[in-house]
Amino acid sequence: MRPIHSKITEITEESPNVRTFFFDTQFNEATPGQFVMVWVHGTDEVPMTLSGKNSITVQKVGDATSRMFELGIGDHMGLRGPFGRGFTIPRNDENVLFIAGGVGAAPIAPLADIVKARGIEGRTILGSRCCDEILFRERFACGRVDITTDDGSEGRGGFVTDQLAETDTSDYDRIYVCGPEIMMYKVFEILKARDGHVKTEFSLHRYFKCGIGVCGACSMDPEGLCVCRDGPVFNGGELEGSEFGHYERDSSGCKCRF
Amino acid sequence: MKIAGIELKNPTILASGIMGTTGAALARMSRNGAGAVVTKSIGPVPNKGHNNPSMVELECGYINAMGLPNPSYSGFCEEIGIAKSKTDAPLIASIFGGDAAEFTEVANGLLSSKPDCFELNVSCPHAEGYGASVGTDPDLVHEITASVVDAVDVPVWVKLTPNVTDITSIGRAAESAGASAVVAINTVRGMAIDIHSGYPILGNRFGGLSGPAVKPVAVKCVYDLYEALDIPVIGVGGITCPQDAIEMILAGASAVEIGSAVHDDTQIFETISKGIDTYLQKYGYSKTEDITGLSHEMI
Ligand SMILES: Cc1cc2nc3c(=O)[nH]c(=O)nc-3n(C[C@H](O)[C@H](O)[C@H](O)COP(=O)(O)OP(=O)(O)OC[C@H]3O[C@@H](n4cnc5c(N)ncnc54)[C@H](O)[C@@H]3O)c2cc1C
Ligand SMILES: Cc1cc2nc3c(=O)[nH]c(=O)nc-3n(C[C@H](O)[C@H](O)[C@H](O)COP(=O)(O)O)c2cc1C
Ligand code: FES
Repeated sequence: MRPIHSKITEITEESPNVRTFFFDTQFNEATPGQFVMVWVHGTDEVPMTLSGKNSITVQKVGDATSRMFELGIGDHMGLRGPFGRGFTIPRNDENVLFIAGGVGAAPIAPLADIVKARGIEGRTILGSRCCDEILFRERFACGRVDITTDDGSEGRGGFVTDQLAETDTSDYDRIYVCGPEIMMYKVFEILKARDGHVKTEFSLHRYFKCGIGVCGACSMDPEGLCVCRDGPVFNGGELEGSEFGHYERDSSGCKCRF
Repeated sequence: MKIAGIELKNPTILASGIMGTTGAALARMSRNGAGAVVTKSIGPVPNKGHNNPSMVELECGYINAMGLPNPSYSGFCEEIGIAKSKTDAPLIASIFGGDAAEFTEVANGLLSSKPDCFELNVSCPHAEGYGASVGTDPDLVHEITASVVDAVDVPVWVKLTPNVTDITSIGRAAESAGASAVVAINTVRGMAIDIHSGYPILGNRFGGLSGPAVKPVAVKCVYDLYEALDIPVIGVGGITCPQDAIEMILAGASAVEIGSAVHDDTQIFETISKGIDTYLQKYGYSKTEDITGLSHEMI
């Protein structure tokens, strides 16, 4: 598909460095965790999870995202998608736990919306660097929400993993995780020690070029799975013994250790 | 089947630049049935490639301008080692450079990882100073091919660009320099523009067309090369099903490479090699070689 010329209809300032852009293009068939390739004309095209049927939630980190932050309502971006494999939607009788760090709350929030709409109780561990950066706390209000902040400005001081270490996870049927890879890997290790990693899904991040499973830029060792096509969401069992938590590749294919 | 100096498990080969960036991905394509695998084209220094969008699906195929991203030969030896340890399908190392010296440097640099064959990319249409910039000049193609053939002790294939007036003159240059086979075709120069914003879609503005749109171009190039050369021709461009592969073989291909079609079917190699077998049986042939170039007799 060609990029769909999409008009920005609304922008929400979520935190000093995170904005949600709403578009006049709706991806109604998208499942939570799927992504779109976002073409910022004249700059770059980068992957962004759909934080809603017609929205992406963006952290300003570099060229493309900074350019996005210069755009306003009525401006356009090109969107290709939805692509990839999203999260498994929980059944109504399942207990779910969400673990999100930073902008990693974006892929999980649509799942929390579904859980809330169905009246299922979902518990959340929501981490950020400081109180100004806590993302989507109201969307996660489908049950208990434990906030952690690195600087202790709100909730429990420390990382989501500190909170997780103190949380009994045996009652949860499904656990959904997204955040920086180091954080996700620590979560993986804690849950693996409890044999809980196989009921856990992680949304991964790798350098994407094509986004459609052809170029091979995003392949992971040792199975050669494509993060853009076979993921970005992977079950913890699939990640065992993989490069997850150890290294990724940059745009030239060189390995970079975490 | 033995083609151009290497023993293929079946006549389907993974084309360069598709799932070829890591040893693990190459091994996966071999598990999916590829008779041999070609690596992403590797060059002398690490290269990030062009900005995105670098590959987009169009109505009739795909357009890409990856810009030859690769970790350089020193970064890639390990990946070839991994691929070779995980599969018994032959591994063909695709390489590029700006001149004969660079090509030879890259080939020498990869030799320790023991590729079964080299494929010289003198045909990428969108990397300045590389690929088709050298592959449109028969003298340069001759010089580069001769230099690599001289340096390595495995077969050397030369991958040709269709973006020339007469592809056979380039094919002859490769053959006379000692190439064991030619591979045709690389992508066809092309461009796509977003009519709403006015921007060319690719980060590099223009790039190469692949997929179904280029198959008739590829069939004609293979047909012409088969007439002009004595060495085998490997057909590539727009093959998505057994019928496409058979058409290419009838035009003169000894084997086929498959690229973009991995998008629709990750098991495409198995699908196509089984389909070729079924066809051979149906029409009473015993091997692919029996039908290579058969359409040339139908005049
Ligand atoms: C499946 C997926 C979903 C994502 N969802 C979100 C999201 O919802 N919100 C969000 O803020 N960010 C998300 N990201 C990360 C986002 O794609 C990068 O932060 C963004 O590309 C940065 O672009 P830049 O030009 O501003 O930064 P640059 O200065 O170009 O790079 C900064 C860093 O961003 C990453 N990056 C740059 N280009 C790419 C690319 N083509 N593919 C992957 N990573 C890249 C690299 O890690 C790089 O080191 C997601 C990434 C992936 C893979
Ligand atoms: C994303 C992409 C990357 C490619 N990279 C290379 C490359 O590095 N070297 C090369 O010789 N050909 C490269 N090609 C060309 C293919 O190997 C093949 O010749 C072309 O795509 C036509 O075959 P297809 O229609 O089956 O894809 C690339 C093609 C695509 C689509
Ligand atoms: S980004 Fe091209 S295969 Fe995943």
